[in-house]
Amino acid sequence: MQKSLYIDPEKCTGCLQCEMACSFEQTGVFNPAQSRIKVFTFEEEGRKVPYTCTQCDEAWCMQACPVDSIKLDATTGAKVVQDDTCVGCKVCTIACPFGTINYVVDTGKVAKCDLCGGDPACAKACPTDAITFVDSGWTGLDKMRKWAAKANEASL
Amino acid sequence: MAWTRKILRVNLTKGTCTSEALNMEWAMDYLGSRGLASKYLVEEIDPKVDPLSAENKLIMATGPMTGTTASTGGRYTVVTKGPLTGAIACSNSGGYFGAEMKFAGWDMIIFEGKSDSPVYLMVENDQAELRDASHLWGTSTWHTEEQIKKENQDPQIRISSIGKAGENQVLFSCVVNDLHRAAGRSGVGAVMGSKNLKAVAIRGTQGVGNIANPAEFQKVVAEKKQVLAENAVTGEGLPTYGTQVLMNVINEMGALPTRNFKDVQFESANDISAEAMAKPRESDGKAHLVTNQACFGCTIACGRISKIDKEHFSVVEKPQYHGASGGLEYEAAWALGAANGVKDLEALQYANLICNEQGFDPISFGATIGAVMEMYEKGILDEKKIGLKAPFGSAEALCELVDMTASGEGFGAEIGLGSKRLCEKYGCPELSMSVKGQEFPAYDPRGIQGMGLTYATSNRGACHLRSYTVASETLGIPIKTDPLVTEGKPGLVMAFQDATAAFDSAGLCVFTSFAWGLGDIQPQIDAACEGDWSEEKLQEVGERIWNLEKMFNLAAGFTKEDDQLPKRLTTEPAKEGPAKGLVAGVPEMLPEYYEIRGWDKEGVPKADKLKSLGL
Repeated sequence: MQKSLYIDPEKCTGCLQCEMACSFEQTGVFNPAQSRIKVFTFEEEGRKVPYTCTQCDEAWCMQACPVDSIKLDATTGAKVVQDDTCVGCKVCTIACPFGTINYVVDTGKVAKCDLCGGDPACAKACPTDAITFVDSGWTGLDKMRKWAAKANEASL
Repeated sequence: MAWTRKILRVNLTKGTCTSEALNMEWAMDYLGSRGLASKYLVEEIDPKVDPLSAENKLIMATGPMTGTTASTGGRYTVVTKGPLTGAIACSNSGGYFGAEMKFAGWDMIIFEGKSDSPVYLMVENDQAELRDASHLWGTSTWHTEEQIKKENQDPQIRISSIGKAGENQVLFSCVVNDLHRAAGRSGVGAVMGSKNLKAVAIRGTQGVGNIANPAEFQKVVAEKKQVLAENAVTGEGLPTYGTQVLMNVINEMGALPTRNFKDVQFESANDISAEAMAKPRESDGKAHLVTNQACFGCTIACGRISKIDKEHFSVVEKPQYHGASGGLEYEAAWALGAANGVKDLEALQYANLICNEQGFDPISFGATIGAVMEMYEKGILDEKKIGLKAPFGSAEALCELVDMTASGEGFGAEIGLGSKRLCEKYGCPELSMSVKGQEFPAYDPRGIQGMGLTYATSNRGACHLRSYTVASETLGIPIKTDPLVTEGKPGLVMAFQDATAAFDSAGLCVFTSFAWGLGDIQPQIDAACEGDWSEEKLQEVGERIWNLEKMFNLAAGFTKEDDQLPKRLTTEPAKEGPAKGLVAGVPEMLPEYYEIRGWDKEGVPKADKLKSLGL
């Protein structure tokens, strides 16, 4: 079964444990500045929204890369940057409609979410289940369940 | 290691920023944050210094857990000599600023001297410089944060600043970071104001990468997060209701100080409780509460974000306050509400947001309004003097007085003195509910006896966060004790004081101590830090910090007379509730407390005690 990261902003408290876990997994340092997942705060509405790569099937970053340095991990479905061949041209950062692949000044390469090889650290670190790693075919299951309960309530 | 081993020293007189090595010997004895910054302060200033003079210093400090994955590891402490009290002040805050300081590579920043004109400190990793802040002076903390991010074209900068209250040197002004979090007590904001330091802005991208044993640290941190998640308070009560979970609980105990501590139960407590915040309003059908908010790294998330009723009189003509904002937390809801007999939740939220926006402590402000209202009812102050009618229960008066205090206009300038100076000025010092000049928080010591001793002996003036015996006396953590008796409380207070000093100095939130003891933070610190950190050592670090603070205060001129409660609490029995007929038993607890502390009858640490702690 292929799995995807599923994000429910309503459950996010803004603790940034996901950013800390991601950066530690990827770089060995606790450093939100190197995290591939970012939590955005919308102060006026009091909303916190974690955001990261959704691993598009038709991944524009992968298609745009002139040196084929972004490869599909057939097991996880992740599009993974190959550090040994990435030339840091940044074309992928332009191609990605969502901004979730970014250039890293320190390494001269780009970085994006690679699903940690199939066991994403962000989802494990999230204390409120705002970030979960679930069946790619059923990311809407929780939402459906919630509305089903509501529909059921209304019919009682 | 967990320390960055670097201190940034900022001389505001000369306009210089220099890097120096952290004194690791002191780090081994004082851990970090509160303890380590206190050690630096004690070594570097004369205890008799005027808190608002150039000779005072102000330190912002992180702990070894700050900026790690340890739950709640995001805190920093502001340490200075406090202008409200004249005692050592140490106020800590959550939000994101503390972790950012660590990510920029600094354990602490020491500010000394005084700038000729308003400045702010901009730190980007190793680079630090003072910049002109004349365009920010006279503006709020919220505007300051927005403007600094805008002019640096970087929304990821974290900022700690003062509002108009700190500039005007309101004696209970605070330092606000990340819009809604504050190093709240003892007037630390006024010290920044006295130095012409408007803000500290930090962007840190280096991270924390020097953990002694990363694999062990990650393992133990995950285990301890689970302990928090499974605890009834940190896993359920605080996440679900926030600190406001206490309002009805403390009221039922007969320990909710009401109308300047004349009563110990508030008949309208439920109207200003967590339950009221979550309930749809009659006016617009929307709940006051919008969402929960965690500080950096916190897996509890007790913080609340609320929206005020747009039609409420306080904001109907002020659309700038219609958005989401921090609060209400229990202490603020009590101080702005029960302490004044005000039951209008929206008015409390308005007063709270002005406190955040202009940077002053809602506990001391609210408690001072309680004294003002009592003076008004007694005829000591009148409508002409105050500028408005101010009886207990008046939400209108609360909202007008918060504006006046923020702007420093009219009677607001006098409120900014705090209740002790204000009550003395009008010839009724007995109406100030304070110790060492700092107002009480939200627990009546007649109904929770341990809190009386906590207030009396707190080194930063009356405060609940130095030894939160409510945990034991109300919630049974770590053991249940009877809130109505004094027996055993000196030992309980001492144990809480020392443990809390260790939690604070680690860079962790004291709220974790509902679920964690020293035995839970010990393996986290030990895995992160060099050196051998046992539970006994942490306890000793806590005791050393407590005695260090005490010695500073003694040298500053404090005596046993300053370890007393106002006579209302020791002579006027509680009128209702479970504590009916009781007064606060501090006079009988104090001698025993001094004795088990190893202090003499005057409350002075004995030579052998100091020697055993290496002081």
